Amino acid sequence: MKRWFPYPLIGLGLALLWLLLTESVSTAAFLLATALALAGCGTLLRLRFPKARLRRLGSVPGLLRDVVVEVFRSNNAVARIILRPSREDARRSGFVRVPLDMRSPHGLAALACILTATPGTVWVDYDSTDGTMLLHVLDLIDEDAWVRIVKDRWERRLMEIFE
Amino acid sequence: MSQAADLPLWAALPVAMLLVVGAGLALAGSIGLVTLKSFYDRMHAPTLGTTLGIGSILIASMLYFSVLQTRFVLHEILIGAFMVVTTPVTLMLLARAALYRDEREGNPDAPPRRPPPTKD
Repeated sequence: MKRWFPYPLIGLGLALLWLLLTESVSTAAFLLATALALAGCGTLLRLRFPKARLRRLGSVPGLLRDVVVEVFRSNNAVARIILRPSREDARRSGFVRVPLDMRSPHGLAALACILTATPGTVWVDYDSTDGTMLLHVLDLIDEDAWVRIVKDRWERRLMEIFE
Repeated sequence: MSQAADLPLWAALPVAMLLVVGAGLALAGSIGLVTLKSFYDRMHAPTLGTTLGIGSILIASMLYFSVLQTRFVLHEILIGAFMVVTTPVTLMLLARAALYRDEREGNPDAPPRRPPPTKD
């Protein structure tokens, strides 16, 4: 089992992807889904893709809920900024360099997805030598506040899951 | 869609509302793309359409086709998943290209360059 499915979660994800795409649960669809999972895992094995070790999956639903809430809140905030250009002069955008403690590549990828999925923040660069991330913020009021938001709201909880 | 008239009112109302919200967010994002001042600011505008905008339209599509075909139509979830995973890659490429050029040209938009790492 371990030999054929070195990445069980990714294999399962690929199989589910195929079943969702074809929208069928026939034997043929299952066989093709299994073939896709095997081929995908084989390719990743050849590429020496680092394995993710997921822990504390119990905190995933809470994290997802907070991401959805944050997506709504920041969509609203950015739409207001765009549609009310009269306050344009008072607004200041800029870069923030955030020192990260997380080193897991999967955790960092998840953090990049979360930060990009919330409008108003864009992950620009990551320096792996000192583990700092460069973030661009559309409505930058306080640099330290953003460092705290990234570290306390997202990084700490992602580290619980990925490290 | 010619079957749109068959849609019961309880489903037609949320579908219409979600479509208007999604289209509105995409429009706001496009307006931002035109009106915002710097490149880095404009980078934020289209993310309105790629997050809540696409989300509303996908939920509307799921609701519409699930009700009309009286079965769960779920493959819109895949579109959402791929959007969430792929937009950071595009944005990072764009932002890093702009950053690289601004640093080389010494433009004021670029963040202050960090001191080179010390040897000890």
